[in-house]
Amino acid sequence: MINIYWRTKMPKLKINGKEIEFEKGMTVLQACELADVEIPRFCYHEKLSIAGNCRMCLVEMEKSAKPIASCAMPATEGMNIKTNTPFVEKARKGVMEFLLANHPLDCPVCDQGGECDLQDQSLYYGVDKSRFVENKRDVKEKYMGPLIKTQMTRCIHCTRCVRFATEVAGVPEIGAIGRGENMEITTYLEKSMESELSANVIDLCPVGALTSKPYAFEARPWELKKTESVDVLDAVGSNIRVDTYNWEVKRILPRLNNEINEEWISDKTRFSCDGLLKQRLDVPYIKKDNILQKTTWEEAIDLLVDKIRSVHPNEIAGHIGDMINMENALSFMKFFKTLKSENLEFREKDLYINSDEKMNYIFNSSIAGIEDADIILLVGTNPRHEASILNARIRKTFVQKKIPIFSLGNPGDLTYDYEIIGDRTEDIKKILNKEHSFSQKLLSAKKPIIIIGESALELKSGRYIFEELKKFLIKNNLINDNWNALNILVQNASTVGLLDLKILQGKKEKSSSFFDDLKNRKFKILYLLGSDNLEFQKNDEFIVYQGSHGDRGAEIADLILPSAAYTEQNGLYENLEGRIQEGKKASYPIGEALEDWKIFNQINKKLGFKDKKVNFDELRKEILQTVPNFSEINELPKKSEIKINNIETSFFSEKIFIRELDYYYTNSISRSSKTMSECRQIRQKIKKDGTNN
Amino acid sequence: MSVKKIHDDQPKEFKFSEENLKKVEQILKKYPEKNKKSAVMPLLYLAQRQNDNWIPLAAMKYIAKHLAMPYISVYEVATFYTMYNLAPVGKHFIQVCTTTPCLLRGADKIVKLCKENISPNENEISKKGNCSWMEVECLGACVSAPMVQINDDYYEDLDEKSTKEILISLINDKPLKPGSYRGRKNTSPEKVPISNGEKHA
Repeated sequence: MINIYWRTKMPKLKINGKEIEFEKGMTVLQACELADVEIPRFCYHEKLSIAGNCRMCLVEMEKSAKPIASCAMPATEGMNIKTNTPFVEKARKGVMEFLLANHPLDCPVCDQGGECDLQDQSLYYGVDKSRFVENKRDVKEKYMGPLIKTQMTRCIHCTRCVRFATEVAGVPEIGAIGRGENMEITTYLEKSMESELSANVIDLCPVGALTSKPYAFEARPWELKKTESVDVLDAVGSNIRVDTYNWEVKRILPRLNNEINEEWISDKTRFSCDGLLKQRLDVPYIKKDNILQKTTWEEAIDLLVDKIRSVHPNEIAGHIGDMINMENALSFMKFFKTLKSENLEFREKDLYINSDEKMNYIFNSSIAGIEDADIILLVGTNPRHEASILNARIRKTFVQKKIPIFSLGNPGDLTYDYEIIGDRTEDIKKILNKEHSFSQKLLSAKKPIIIIGESALELKSGRYIFEELKKFLIKNNLINDNWNALNILVQNASTVGLLDLKILQGKKEKSSSFFDDLKNRKFKILYLLGSDNLEFQKNDEFIVYQGSHGDRGAEIADLILPSAAYTEQNGLYENLEGRIQEGKKASYPIGEALEDWKIFNQINKKLGFKDKKVNFDELRKEILQTVPNFSEINELPKKSEIKINNIETSFFSEKIFIRELDYYYTNSISRSSKTMSECRQIRQKIKKDGTNN
Repeated sequence: MSVKKIHDDQPKEFKFSEENLKKVEQILKKYPEKNKKSAVMPLLYLAQRQNDNWIPLAAMKYIAKHLAMPYISVYEVATFYTMYNLAPVGKHFIQVCTTTPCLLRGADKIVKLCKENISPNENEISKKGNCSWMEVECLGACVSAPMVQINDDYYEDLDEKSTKEILISLINDKPLKPGSYRGRKNTSPEKVPISNGEKHA
């Protein structure tokens, strides 16, 4: 009823003579956007609070002698707004003249050139000559860390960066010091910003004051080929745009997707791209006399085939890495099926995952759904490092709705306030038995969110934590048709996709796990598909590493097969919500490297399984048919049926220890990146002595 | 004027004295608990009072922690207002008003005298180490222009001679009395008879 009432009562206003309806609470600028009228702006940004200090968005309002700043003026019934009159143009020209009075004329050497708001808007509102004869003001450059290059003379004081740091990133470290003409934007005592989202201020800056340090003077925006893709360095699946110049990936920018990353990406996503140019494997290598030597594909595959033939299928094991797309993973699984080996694994640690139904391993509430939550419980997870973008969403909800957040285990600074309600598994038991003070809060909540991290599933009681929590939630109707409070926060981009491809199926009958077998030296051949994070003691196994970077996996390998990195091939990825997205080919594989599925075709051919040849389109078709609850690409999966499975669990008394991630060094691409090592060094220094300069 | 420079030689620690902590408590009572950061300005002033008329970084950090504010916010406030000194000033701190009315009545001569007698530049401690001076905007005493503020007191109706006397008295640590230097009482008119025929002193 209420909705209908509001709809019939939608207020109206006139913009350039055209009457439009708008929603209550909108500003004049937003109403103008509804009417397809573009308003120039510098300080206004949809995702940030309103500042109203650049004055570029001036419009004429009837009965107002002065022009009004449309971004800060609430739209009201019956307003008559004009945006195309000489009065408005004169006002905007005046504002622009003031902005340009102190802005240097260095567009030819400015990295923002070509994508600069000031440059673009001065085309329409700029005056051809300056009446300002005094000296322009000069501001010293500020140090803001290894990612952000500053040229503060260019700053027009829109304060977008200040608002971003305080509101979105949750690290109030940027501010405006001084006053009037002497106002300067700086970080506190010129320290580097301690945030995983810091580099988003580069995109936010409407001028060239804050630009990307690693990308400085690399290319002009119009020279770059732009490919829309998804990020695979964590499981969030942020939407990105990959900018390439010939083969080289020059930079990575965020793409707007309100359901996942809004307009932000993490620093790791953005700046790991220089790792795509370094430490690359371009030809096959064979270890001879303890030294890796270059070889040909022919020779490498011959050696591999000989080795495979010389061992029993059960002695061959495969491990799938963190950034493998679903097509390649499926072709690998098919390859192992032909070899008749069942020893396939993708987990880096022995963590408990119940892959019976899709609900068990995805983030059911969805990332956008976090905003509806009324209480959040973190179980053994540090979302700030494991999924920075998701953490930003939690913070957004915390700031807007002041929801209470609790944690089991101590994750450290998460950029928002939370309460630690215990760090032992007994506390979970208490909550489940309704003996804990938190139980009541959880049961009285309408839309609670429980996020279980990999650190909790890694515990001996991982099985207990997951299964009992799930049972508890279903019994108390917190998992129902409209809301699902159960969320698993996985860390790798490949995890959910692999689980959907049923990689763990048929594992139960086996008596010993992959990790035990690995420890007990049961395997003769270990095939690492882009896998660098598996920790084990190398014995006399023959290790094949197939991947893009000479990292931890390649170091111990006896045979290296070079393959393409994520920007160099098409492929599907499933993010932690179970949303399938498509990564697109932006560049091509380096040297003799090939896509993984093509390599398996070659090996199959040599092994004499010609009929097992796969092609990319068929692989994709098969994936889309296999994935349970699949709805559409880029969309959330369909809801699973809710059923209680009685799985026996045993309780262990343990401390919930949150494994600390080496944030800037979590995968082979980041580890090869110079920028990431610099960030890591600074972070370690801050940790050591509390300061970085 | 430019952005105020942070002093190089910063004390490592700052703490409010017992007496000032009581004042802080009083100040905080004026604001609702959730808006306690509103107390940042009085607390900065208190810190300046306690620390020889200037605010060290340690004091800003201390206040930020006390009011649960980010460091940068306190820093922003401290750099915004000209009356917070972020570097040491002399024991006798002379603020010369150089806004229009004072300038018309000869504030530039006072500035010149300060340069000659105290230090050639603003915000520099004098050779003897007990004075410093700076130019400031209107101090609201235009009626007795030109004038200077020395620590908490106004010295008004100055001319070159009286200014020099005052400056020398400060250098010798025997400051003269504040007030009008043309014998006016408060800001009453000079040489104009009032209704009962008497003249103002």
